[in-house]
Amino acid sequence: MPVGVSDQEGWLRPAPESFLSEELISEISHRGVDKGRRDLLRGSFAAALAGASGLAFADDPNIVNVPEWSRSLGKPVATNPYGQPSPFEANTVRRQSPGLTQTDQASVAFTPLQNLFGCITPSGLHFERHHQGWVDIDPRRHRLMINGLVKEPLVFTVADLLRMPSVSRMHFLECGANTALEWGNSAVPTVQYTHGMLSGSEWTGVPLSLLLERAGYDRDASYLLAEGADGSGMTRTINLAGALEDAIVAYGQNGEMLRPEQGYPLRLVVPGVQGVSWVKWLRRLEVGNKPYATKDEASHYVDLMPNGQLRQYTAIQEAKSVITAPSGGQKLLSQGYYCITGLAWSGRGSVRKVEVSVDGGRNWQGARLEGQVPSKMLTRFNFDWVWRGEPALLQSRVSDDTGYIQPQRAALVAERGTRSIYHNNAIQTWRVSPSGEVDNVQVG
Amino acid sequence: MFRWARLWIICLNILGYNAFADDYSSALNELGRTATAAELSAWDIDVRPDFVGLPSGSGSVEEGEALWFDQCANCHGDFGDSNEVFSPIVLGNITEDDIQTGRVAALTDPSVVRTTFMKVATLSTIWDYINRAMPWNAPKSLAVDEVYSLVAYLLNLAYIVDEDFVLSDKNMEDVQALMPNRNGMTEDHGLWSVAGVPDVVGSACITNCSVNTAITSFLPDYAMNAHGNLKDQMRDYGPLPGMQTAPAPQLPVSQLQQSGSLDQRPADLLSASGCKACHQMNKALIGPAFTAIRARYAGADASDYLAEKIKQGGQGVWGSVPMPAMAQLDDTVVAALALWLASGQ
Repeated sequence: MPVGVSDQEGWLRPAPESFLSEELISEISHRGVDKGRRDLLRGSFAAALAGASGLAFADDPNIVNVPEWSRSLGKPVATNPYGQPSPFEANTVRRQSPGLTQTDQASVAFTPLQNLFGCITPSGLHFERHHQGWVDIDPRRHRLMINGLVKEPLVFTVADLLRMPSVSRMHFLECGANTALEWGNSAVPTVQYTHGMLSGSEWTGVPLSLLLERAGYDRDASYLLAEGADGSGMTRTINLAGALEDAIVAYGQNGEMLRPEQGYPLRLVVPGVQGVSWVKWLRRLEVGNKPYATKDEASHYVDLMPNGQLRQYTAIQEAKSVITAPSGGQKLLSQGYYCITGLAWSGRGSVRKVEVSVDGGRNWQGARLEGQVPSKMLTRFNFDWVWRGEPALLQSRVSDDTGYIQPQRAALVAERGTRSIYHNNAIQTWRVSPSGEVDNVQVG
Repeated sequence: MFRWARLWIICLNILGYNAFADDYSSALNELGRTATAAELSAWDIDVRPDFVGLPSGSGSVEEGEALWFDQCANCHGDFGDSNEVFSPIVLGNITEDDIQTGRVAALTDPSVVRTTFMKVATLSTIWDYINRAMPWNAPKSLAVDEVYSLVAYLLNLAYIVDEDFVLSDKNMEDVQALMPNRNGMTEDHGLWSVAGVPDVVGSACITNCSVNTAITSFLPDYAMNAHGNLKDQMRDYGPLPGMQTAPAPQLPVSQLQQSGSLDQRPADLLSASGCKACHQMNKALIGPAFTAIRARYAGADASDYLAEKIKQGGQGVWGSVPMPAMAQLDDTVVAALALWLASGQ
């Protein structure tokens, strides 16, 4: 192995360890950097830069031997007419959790949050949750019907909807059962499986309010039934007042048409509400004055409380955050600087602040919120951290603009028990061991 | 509430295009058309809890049974109790008292598997779902009377109606009054609307917060590869590569032989300990097959982990059906069961 290259392929050994004395590194590890040690460090850097320390790096073959891609003709345009990720990103794919479901049609494929940046989920990595498989719908033959308590029941073609005034909005989409496996105990190893039924996208479509106005909906109505065109005929009762505020009959996702797995050609977007209500392959909207108690709000997506009652029509996804890196199943490559990064969101509004703890929740410091902070959308947070090999318990905690603060798991379980399956928005803990390995744990 | 149109009109007014505003509004209303009666009848199939939308018809338990064995039993089991493909629909956990009170008492018992009829409060839900989504691979292929007969068969399996019962649109309301968990739902929570009041709010404490940081749960090393090699699931050239979660070392045979309890035959121990209520040797029932558990942990030093799982119960490793805590079992029995499960083969 060439000097200066670690056992991680293509990974240059961090510079300071190569020219700082063992004693100085140990001193800094134990006591931190004070004035005296800062001066010593400065001296060492100067010496290294001057080449006077006697230590020199071996030449990196990836630099001195100019790589083949710099010495050859590249591929022509439109080789991949749609475009593909680099073949070196093959680890970043959706995955199932083995044994979670007995059929692949009523199942979940989780988003690899650990490998993603920013707050937009690439459409091809958007998690999948189907109840009776996904379908390829011919948009020429697809229709949207609006009926129930309306002056005039209507049907629209996809072309009608594409012709109407549109809006584009950024919103998160989280399954009500995200993190369900963690109610009782730590059950899965990585953030892909603990929190991967989560995405952030820009959705484009027609405001629901415009379509319901056109149909002349009854002002006394308070419910909306949304129904899918797939085999399951997925149906969910929607809060009409909330939906009139910001729901969208969407056809676009991140600038392109919806992916088939996301409901092509139409899906209902219900910002802040659990994913099951974002009915895919949307074929019908019925305005009503009573809730519908459909299968997925009577048998499933009901939250069992310790007293045996089932909470019905739980819709809102309360504020939640998670550190996506470093996270379970990863290993810190070496000591030194790390940017702790993660996602925060609230179904009640926008993220006001995110705090990070590295000691299991005893002490908290504010994290940076990156970019814009839209309502009911993922917000990326970053936090500077220097790891010197000590054991650590990483947590993040979000507060939203209603004043709500994300609870510790113990507080949530004290109220709701461990059998409610849905709406687990507890603070997540990742344990960093001295070896640098990170795993999924629960505290308290 | 014609917000977008209004917004557009305001914009157009500002720009001095007022003359076009009315044209725009009425032109927009030319998109879409009135639905015909036949179209509405083809697609408006939902049935509400008050039975609005329920088509008239009828079907008997007897007819339903025949249809069930033909089209449903493969996935759900002959008596709707299988956990092989879907969660059980009925399991005999509903009592006379439940039907009287409208609250299924067993829902408070973590050791009882939750079935459809233990949870669902509304008969319309069962009718609507079978009608719109069943059978699994041929949804919406059942005739109205067939749906009635299948619902009747399930009601009989759940001890709600007798075996000579005929269900129809005329008596759905009577049967609704017998639904075992009809009073078991609550809408008293803060999650219906944005304005709802949260039941749990976290602490705002910043420094020296009084929290218990003791680890209460974690994945043991040998369970880390249940989701495959994590090294292959992380970006492999970055600062946070994945952990290598290759198969764990072999369990020493000596450790297995030290347990005296193994003198008792495993099958006897499994029966006596109540394991077979949910597990079978070669076939998944409510929980995974013993052979599947033994195969997963073969060669892994998993006996302590499995002992803990038996004692504490769990959920999510094999599916969403929770395993109840078997706290009543003697420690040596638990140790013997765990060793046997961990010994592979």
